[in-house]
Amino acid sequence: MGLETAIKMTGIVKKFPGVIANDHVNLDINFGEVHALLGENGAGKSTLSNILTGLYRPDDGTVEIAGTKVDFNSPRDALNAGIGMVHQHFRLVSTFTVAENVVLGESDSSLFMDQKAVAARVKELSDRYGLAVDPSARIWQLSVGEQQRVEILKVLYRGARVLILDEPTAVLTPIETTELFKTLRAMVAEGRTVIFISHKLDEVMAVSDRVTVLRGGHNVGTVNTRESSTRDLANLMVGRSVEFTRVQREVPAEARSIILNVADISASDDRGGIALQSVSLTVGRGEIVGIAGVAGNGQRELAEVISGMRSMTSGSISVQGENVRSGKARSAIAKGIAHVPEDRLHTGLASSHSVEDNLALKNYRTMSRFRILKRKSIRAQSTDLIERYDIKTPGSQTPVRLLSGGNVQKVLLAREFSALPKVLIAASPTRGLDVGAIETVRERLVQAADNGVGVLLISEDLDEIMSLADRILVMYEGRIVDEVPAEGADRERIGLTMGGIKL
Amino acid sequence: MKSPIRLERRLEQPKWLNWAIPLISLVAALILGAIVLLATGKNPWDVYFRIFERGFAGTRALSGSLKTATPLAFTGLCAAVAFRMGLINIGGEGQLYMGAVGAAGIGIALQDQPTGVVVIAMCLAGMLCGALYAAIVGVLRAKFNTNEIITSLMLNYIASIFLSYLIYNSTSYWRDPVSKNFPAGKPIADRAEWNFFEFAGIKIPLAFFIAIIAAVAVSVLYKRTRFGFEVGVIADSPKAARYAGIRTSSTIILVLALSGALAGLGGAADVGNFRQLLDGKGLQMSGYGYTGIVVAALARLNPITTVVVAVLIGGLTNAGFALQGPDFPSGLVGTLQGLILFTAVAGEILIKYRIKANRRVTTAVAA
Repeated sequence: MGLETAIKMTGIVKKFPGVIANDHVNLDINFGEVHALLGENGAGKSTLSNILTGLYRPDDGTVEIAGTKVDFNSPRDALNAGIGMVHQHFRLVSTFTVAENVVLGESDSSLFMDQKAVAARVKELSDRYGLAVDPSARIWQLSVGEQQRVEILKVLYRGARVLILDEPTAVLTPIETTELFKTLRAMVAEGRTVIFISHKLDEVMAVSDRVTVLRGGHNVGTVNTRESSTRDLANLMVGRSVEFTRVQREVPAEARSIILNVADISASDDRGGIALQSVSLTVGRGEIVGIAGVAGNGQRELAEVISGMRSMTSGSISVQGENVRSGKARSAIAKGIAHVPEDRLHTGLASSHSVEDNLALKNYRTMSRFRILKRKSIRAQSTDLIERYDIKTPGSQTPVRLLSGGNVQKVLLAREFSALPKVLIAASPTRGLDVGAIETVRERLVQAADNGVGVLLISEDLDEIMSLADRILVMYEGRIVDEVPAEGADRERIGLTMGGIKL
Repeated sequence: MKSPIRLERRLEQPKWLNWAIPLISLVAALILGAIVLLATGKNPWDVYFRIFERGFAGTRALSGSLKTATPLAFTGLCAAVAFRMGLINIGGEGQLYMGAVGAAGIGIALQDQPTGVVVIAMCLAGMLCGALYAAIVGVLRAKFNTNEIITSLMLNYIASIFLSYLIYNSTSYWRDPVSKNFPAGKPIADRAEWNFFEFAGIKIPLAFFIAIIAAVAVSVLYKRTRFGFEVGVIADSPKAARYAGIRTSSTIILVLALSGALAGLGGAADVGNFRQLLDGKGLQMSGYGYTGIVVAALARLNPITTVVVAVLIGGLTNAGFALQGPDFPSGLVGTLQGLILFTAVAGEILIKYRIKANRRVTTAVAA
């Protein structure tokens, strides 16, 4: 492994109105290593990588690549210098083929592209790094994991020697994650450099050579992974000890009184395939029911059907004996079903709208007279919730898309919890959040249950389910395949049933 | 290659830019136009003075500009209302024709009613026809997810052919039976003619006041009401709207119907206030619907600003007609008008982005 310095960032400062995102950050990254960037939301990871990829320019400080000082004006400059970024949200044209997407934006691409040559080159790259994907397939036909491979191929095709991956595993299944890690190792073995941005401690431990931890815009330490531990990194990251243990709480006796009854529902997915097949489940008062399963086994559709966003083809849903109308979100809201969706920024929130509008997104109807909105009430509600839920925002008029991930989720939770729901559907409520925010969200969920809300927790994070849920259901291919009490649940058994093994 | 300047997205858009940038754009257009005029051997100062004179100076010029501006205000509002929800309704043209057909029909039919009754009836008929015609686009979009750009554009052609049929290719109710050799529309009843009001010598058409009322109403509707809130959320994220229990389909249809109603009202105004008959060729040549899109875009989809911009464009159009002559080709008029639109649209970018000078640091880029 060559230890030549690939990237040297010195004294990087980047200020935004009201925040210093990077405060004199120094960073050294070698060729031939997987270097993890670890930090809470708002620690400055994204800003730093945006500077590195030419999206932002630093207010102060220098960037050197392989010993030469550079000054990027655009991502193209960075790409020319051999730095490529794989974004968390893919930038692919879904009706184009893999090969077309790979060459898209190439500066020297002529009017007619040489399909065969491109396909051959894509094939060669994908074989070399184990990025299995068909060059002639169209993007919409691919799974999320495959689309990510296309993003990586795009960057490799342009000859990047340094690849920055922003939260690459957030969208992957465990198996796909393992494959990705193999690919990353293969690339560094050839002398390329990978910068791996993540929150997940165990993944950082598994794949990186060195880790740089950012906190509050500062570099708080670069360590060799082998000489560190999950606990050390967590401490560095939050500046205090954090432990995940099973939340000890009394499962209320009244949990036996069923509050949400889902009876025998079936539903289709977006492409008309079968997403849910005769799913039945109940949630009791004050009970947290966890749904475990690999992403894409019908969890999202289940959440959408219960919250009225998707019609069911058969079956029924009732809250305390009252039926919820199929595919009518308004009916679900009226019956007291709160929903924290997976896709916070585009489903749970109208992201270009203000904090105050988003807090009123579900009850604006009650805050009007003669169909005219009562702005004063909306503002008052917003001021109150920002205070009560400790939402860090410059003001109630700020668009939510400008808030950090943790605060975005707080806006959503504040709205859903303050509606005093009877049932709460939470889909991956902590995904992409930092350790501090994760704690807050989990506390809120437990608190809600303690107050008698029936909580349905859908998550791919088995640890989260095992530490929070009272009862665990396992979903596989649109069915509930197993049910176990969480107390003393056998991880291996859950892991097996999640993978479709029949017991 | 390194350019000396670059664009950086503004995190916040200061309010003063909203009026400063359009002003700067206008000045830039005048400078660019001066270059063109000098190149063709004209005196720019002279030409600009004439444009100002014919378009905006004096009671006659202003009266004429307001006349042209009125239909543009309505079609501008039509576009703004739909664009605000992300619905690209370019069918204002056809919706205006339909409104004109409806209003002319009423104006011909109601011979013996008081003027007030006829005016209101014509407005309602125009709005209804425009709304129904646009609702076709809405229903197709809401129920079948058809692209509204294409359907609304196609319906313009149908409306245009229908208009020609009524006046030129049939003996319809709208055609003047006396005009056998040179087909024309049947004049509406005398009492159906809309008033002009005179202020300091400027003749302001009744329809212009209606346009102002409509703009204020649209502004209140979008800013203050539940409906406006829902439209905003759908524009931002249709998924979030569905999540919040907003009835997306019916809102799409309603917004397009409202959009069409405004264009239809413009058609009613054209018949009642200006031509007093259904003038097929006249409407087809004016292209109010398409210019309305430009008006709305320049006004940044703000309803009140739309009316102001309509007056500006109205004046410019009138001045253009006045300038044309043997020594001043119509192409040159078009060029000047085009430059103003061009710089205005370019100015849009400066509201969203800022220009920054690139610092002269080392420009080396690693291989």
